[in-house]
Amino acid sequence: MSDFKPLFDLFTTAGWAPPPIPEAAHLVAYGHQLASLRSLPGVRVEAAASDAGIDARIVIAAGVRVDQPIHLCFGLYQQFGVQNVRLALTLEPGAQVTLWAHRLFATPLAARHAMQGEFQLMEGASLRHQEAHYHGVSGEIEVIPHARIRLEKGARYLADFSLIQGRVGRLDIDYSVDVGEAAVAELTSRVYGFGSDAIRLRERLELNGAGARGLVKTRVAVRDEARAEVFGIMEGNAAGARGHVDCMEIVRDRAEVSAVPEVRVRHPQAKVTHEAAIGSVDSKQLETLMARGLATDEAVDLIVRGMLT
Amino acid sequence: MNGVRLELQDKIVLDGLDLELATGEIHGLLGANGSGKSSLAYAVMGCEGYRPGAGEIVFEGRRIDDLPIHERARLGITLAWQEPARFEGLAIRDYLRIGERGADVNDCLRRVGLDPDDYADRTVDKTLSGGERKRVELAAVLAMQPKLAILDEPTAGIDMLSMDALITVIEALKAAGSTVLLITHQAEVAAHADRASQLCGGRIVCEGDTTRVLEHYRKRICRRCDGKTCHV
Repeated sequence: MSDFKPLFDLFTTAGWAPPPIPEAAHLVAYGHQLASLRSLPGVRVEAAASDAGIDARIVIAAGVRVDQPIHLCFGLYQQFGVQNVRLALTLEPGAQVTLWAHRLFATPLAARHAMQGEFQLMEGASLRHQEAHYHGVSGEIEVIPHARIRLEKGARYLADFSLIQGRVGRLDIDYSVDVGEAAVAELTSRVYGFGSDAIRLRERLELNGAGARGLVKTRVAVRDEARAEVFGIMEGNAAGARGHVDCMEIVRDRAEVSAVPEVRVRHPQAKVTHEAAIGSVDSKQLETLMARGLATDEAVDLIVRGMLT
Repeated sequence: MNGVRLELQDKIVLDGLDLELATGEIHGLLGANGSGKSSLAYAVMGCEGYRPGAGEIVFEGRRIDDLPIHERARLGITLAWQEPARFEGLAIRDYLRIGERGADVNDCLRRVGLDPDDYADRTVDKTLSGGERKRVELAAVLAMQPKLAILDEPTAGIDMLSMDALITVIEALKAAGSTVLLITHQAEVAAHADRASQLCGGRIVCEGDTTRVLEHYRKRICRRCDGKTCHV
């Protein structure tokens, strides 16, 4: 069942070096076809394919610390297609793992990818979730990753989503995290939209356990006629909960961004803060770089790339 | 700068100002808060909104009033801001390489008292203290090896020990052939200049020998305001 060539071709198209996927625990699917999956001791990877989509389940056993990242690669190498993914991920108590999720779409003309995730991190578990997307250059794609994540006592969930090469198309992210006692959640999203791209980011952290910590950080740059809506939502619902929402958006040309940081506190000993900066490139940053000899466009590119790095 | 006049929001900031720097000198520019020191720096650099309404700015015999900032920078002019900008995701090493002209960026960091092993890979963002950021800015100026370095209050907000180190850096710039316009309101910093000028109300009111200018500045001797707005 292992067929990595289309995947590695997609990596090449995106300009990325293929990671050592075959040796690691992994799940690779093109459209609604499973291309490869591999479990390792302590890491169980299961999946079933049907016309309705890919139904996957990954379980990391209690206390297992996986040094090599687990790879989740979904994509389409055809111009037309639909990919629906249901992913259940469980980290049993004390498990520690890094998940590298790649979403690769080479030349979509009419494509749609939707993921519905259910993640559970049990007591003391730790997940570093890095998700990188490449959607090609046509903009004719719709990508809808939604996930509900539950963190039990002392769990840590650090997520980093990036879509900074090629077109976005239409992106609709909706992540919601229930953060338990002394647990930590950090969601970082970096997206660069142009042309007629449409971006919607909705990231919600509910700090429900005593001493829970949370950060929602978004970095979005748009130009041309791209549109972005950013919702960073933080709720402090327990004693000692601490949360912060940090939005920074750069807007150029006729593009438009709305950012809605929503903070809510339901416990007198919780504290939630937010900061948001939306606008064109900061003139002082721009002039500083120009005073080193960069032309305006070069300076703007450097500032935008830095913000999205 | 010949007869440079600059208005900002209907207020005259530079009022027919004349100032000439000699190649290779450290020129101290003294003045109280609001006297126009930083505005002069921005006008020379070509910052947005600081284009003179009258007069001319000449660099190496060429009028530069109409040039954008980056073209002035490519002629060899640069500015270290009093409160430098911060950049997410830009490593200090890469920041120094932007305008670098053959200088060793690690050596530039060492010269401002920053160990490259500790700092080169850090980002030029808010994780740097104010003093660290100012040192990085001076290192960037060193890396650029400019013909004219405009340093706007380079010692403001840093401790005394760091100040000694930064004075050494300013002298190193001169040794490397740069002309330095050292903007300060601190007489002890200006004392390191070869020549100096005192600015009051957008005009140079005293210029020449540093000792003499400093004496005027300390004693609040000013032909424009009779010492009413000039302070040490």
